[in-house]
Amino acid sequence: MKILNKIKYPLVMLAFVALLAVSPIFNSSDYYIRQMSSIIMFMVVSLSWTIFSAPTGYISLATAAFYGVGIYFTAFLGEYLPLPVLMLLAGLISFVLAFLVGAITLRLRGVYFTIFTFGLVELLKNVVLWAEIKYSHTRGRFVASFPPMTVFYCILGTLVVVMILAYIIKRSRFGYALVSIGESEDAAAHIGINTTMVKILAFAVSSFAMGAVGAAMATRWNYIDPPIAFNATMSFMPVLMAIFGGMSNMAGPLIGAAVFAYLQEILITSPAVGKTYMLIFGAVMVVAILFLPNGLTGVVNKLRKTRKGAEGSHAHTGS
Amino acid sequence: MPILEAKGLNKHFGGLTAVSQVDFHVDEGEILGLIGPNGAGKTTLFNLISGAIPMDSGTVIFKGTKISGLTPNKICRLGIGRSFQAAKNFAGMPVRQNVLMGALFGQKGQSYAQAAKITEEVLDFVGLAEQADKMVPDIPLAHQKRVEVARALATRPSLLLLDEMMAGLNPAEVDEAMALVTKIRQSGISIIMIEHVMKAIMNICDRIVVLHHGAKLAEGTPSEISASKAVIEVYLGEALS
Repeated sequence: MKILNKIKYPLVMLAFVALLAVSPIFNSSDYYIRQMSSIIMFMVVSLSWTIFSAPTGYISLATAAFYGVGIYFTAFLGEYLPLPVLMLLAGLISFVLAFLVGAITLRLRGVYFTIFTFGLVELLKNVVLWAEIKYSHTRGRFVASFPPMTVFYCILGTLVVVMILAYIIKRSRFGYALVSIGESEDAAAHIGINTTMVKILAFAVSSFAMGAVGAAMATRWNYIDPPIAFNATMSFMPVLMAIFGGMSNMAGPLIGAAVFAYLQEILITSPAVGKTYMLIFGAVMVVAILFLPNGLTGVVNKLRKTRKGAEGSHAHTGS
Repeated sequence: MPILEAKGLNKHFGGLTAVSQVDFHVDEGEILGLIGPNGAGKTTLFNLISGAIPMDSGTVIFKGTKISGLTPNKICRLGIGRSFQAAKNFAGMPVRQNVLMGALFGQKGQSYAQAAKITEEVLDFVGLAEQADKMVPDIPLAHQKRVEVARALATRPSLLLLDEMMAGLNPAEVDEAMALVTKIRQSGISIIMIEHVMKAIMNICDRIVVLHHGAKLAEGTPSEISASKAVIEVYLGEALS
């Protein structure tokens, strides 16, 4: 029973991934595959975002920068390399870029860090725009296309990697260091944690998958240009999804991603709402912060605790 | 034999001189009291020693090694533990985990089993074993302050910096805290303590350093300090006759 409890969570996650993996048997329409790819991509991005931002409390808005790097990587080399290789390399480039950016910016705390990360998206967008006009005398590029099914499974594979990463990190010494930094950065440094290194490394690790799925999603456009690739919306979505779903365990960002990715698709195609769907998302975010401080999974945990009574009132539920 | 020696420490914040040309030392096994009016630079001095903020000039030698210029995590691993004035406990963790973090990261290559063992020892030592599963905000202030001390002790320091551990405690709690500080010293750890509770300073310190406007005003045994004209003038005040 005790062993079962211990592996219950990984089992549920395994079942979830397996269900996604076999789902094309029941519906293999291009629409379904593309739609699911997009939803799973958001799951990857928000779960990955929580690896660094949830324990430390450093809100990063750099997601679109790494995602955009991935998109541009495929736009350049999509014709020459298979998709998994493109994703791996784009992920590594994102990792290195995040490491360098982190080394400069993670001395900044709180809102200053957030603003800088957001600035990074604009910076990359404009640098790429300038470079294209100056060196290739074009704006944007054509992207090689890949079969939707390949994209689907590559993104699902990335989700598995990120889930394993998140699971291991949370239970590791590294994960404890991240939580300590979030609780009190000064105290963390004074008990022997190399706070700067831990933060930079976590930021880089969480950026890997953002670049990787960017490389995969690039193939759904025929043509991309910097405003498409470095779209700021991509920076806000994981924050919204993770806050709404809750960050105390892995299910939170996954549920948040599923809800909002699906909503986005419905709203954006509805003539009444269209592009103004972001307004609705903003309102939902405000409501979530005010009334669901621990997100949807927080509400579930609370209900479970109340049912259990006082016993183990502080036990960390979930993962 | 000094375990810590500080020479010519200086720190300015803009035009404000927070610490000015301070020299002092701590002998092995000693409790050194650090007193002075609010804003005298006591906590800044701690911040310079622990590496929390860089100093403008001066050197700090700890057990023969120059530590000035190192980062707090390195200084911690060399053997200086610290508690904070405004308690910086990990509020989202139970007491035990607070201490475990100190045990896990305080020394290089500590295994989970070793860290867990140290944690239980330290919890016992400071008298928090019964509160170990509670969250920090749910226990009394006096115990919260002990959590900070326990977390620092779990890093296995040979010198402990205590910043106003007794502020806000009632007289009975102050007595308990004094007993704990004495017990820590008996276990072989040298201590520097910033404190406004004179009863504690006068009773358990071997020597006292008085800071005023960032500079060292006086230094000596408790009886010398309580008799010093200069100290009475700026800090202790005249006894009512």
